Amino acid sequence: MTKEEIKDVVIQQILEIAPDIEEGDIELVENLQSSLEIDSFDFLKILTAMNEQIGIEVPEVDYYKVDTLEHMVNYFFDRL
Amino acid sequence: MSKFLMPSLGADMESAILMEWLIKEGDVVKKGQVIAEVETSKGVIEIEVFEDGIVEKLLVEPETECDVGTPLALIHSSNEKETTYKEEKTVSKPIEEIMKPEEKIVEKERIKASPAARKKAQELGINLATIATKVDGTIQLKDVEGVAPKDEKMEDKDGMRRAIAAAMSRSNSEIPHYYLSTSINMTPALKWLEELNAKRSIKDRILPAALLIQATVKALKSVPALNAFYKDGSHIIKEEINPAIAIALRKGGLITPALMNTQEMNLDKIMQSLDDLITRTRKGKLRGSEMMEQTVTITNLGDLGVERVYGVIYPPQVAIIGLGRIVNAPWAEGDTLAVRKVLQATIAGDHRATDGRTGALFLDKLNYFLQKPEELL
Repeated sequence: MTKEEIKDVVIQQILEIAPDIEEGDIELVENLQSSLEIDSFDFLKILTAMNEQIGIEVPEVDYYKVDTLEHMVNYFFDRL
Repeated sequence: MSKFLMPSLGADMESAILMEWLIKEGDVVKKGQVIAEVETSKGVIEIEVFEDGIVEKLLVEPETECDVGTPLALIHSSNEKETTYKEEKTVSKPIEEIMKPEEKIVEKERIKASPAARKKAQELGINLATIATKVDGTIQLKDVEGVAPKDEKMEDKDGMRRAIAAAMSRSNSEIPHYYLSTSINMTPALKWLEELNAKRSIKDRILPAALLIQATVKALKSVPALNAFYKDGSHIIKEEINPAIAIALRKGGLITPALMNTQEMNLDKIMQSLDDLITRTRKGKLRGSEMMEQTVTITNLGDLGVERVYGVIYPPQVAIIGLGRIVNAPWAEGDTLAVRKVLQATIAGDHRATDGRTGALFLDKLNYFLQKPEELL
């Protein structure tokens, strides 16, 4: 999987879990939770969905490493 | 034979659109069965029937807007005796009681007002009770206009805002609130949760919100007087603990559906039910009972960074519990000053039903359970 492909999967999951968000709203370097008003529940859902999609679990201690779209893509890419 | 009425799905709802019947005339229905979908300003809600019976007649066509209390269908009850028995047995009053339109009218008739004044007050969302205290005798149109907002722009099309304003004004004018607050050291509970989650797969993780709800439920079990209704001068303690959870809708507004029957749940079940409730709230798939049977409210504005919440009680409930943001703060332990994760917990209570002492006992119990999180499993 390329970084671009991972990014598409992440965006797809975000749009699925928070259908009122538009793709254009998702910035690469903004904090996902605060910029998109994603609460802790939806954030956990996104990570759960990513685990189902690509088989990587993000432990709680690593949450700070997946705070932006860019960081999240890099995190998964490094562990694939 | 009983009338199935448009339920009040929250203190801030005046009307809703009956979107679809899921039953037809002649159908046998069971208590708790979803029989229709209604659209409110907060999304589509599935409404349930409250007794076993046979659908005698549907009185309203789909896509009709109906005021709260409008008869929607006639249900021929199949076990009237059993229903009566249940009403007597349970401490809590059945839902029909809350929805009865007659009750609202009776309440209004206690206040003397001219028809024009009444109409105007309704248009403006003004509670006549607030005017009655200032006027001798019958309230006239000019009295209502006197307190009407001067700026005509205030009278916009935002019915939901107006309805919330009316409900909250009524709460503030009728309920003598008392407010209490305490600081809770959340470090032990969060550390415990972190260790628990580290051992679990991602889909079984527990969020702090679920832990806080469970601690609140346990504390309410110890102090049941706060999980109650205050209606017609009596304080009715409820057996089931159905906390209303304030959930922000991203499109705007707030909705407070109940997490039903938490008194029977363990922590995992609370987490699953909360997950399910939030998911359905976002999808607009709530059930009517979840919007009518709340016994207490928990509001958590922590996600927005608010540290302390002083709530307005939703009648007929008697308490609203506020949980703020968990922040790093200086904390004295013995002789040492340390930095700990600190939560401000507040409670607003109805003084007609309980005293500050009851609220204080509750906050003390809440703190107790959060210092012993293993008891929350």
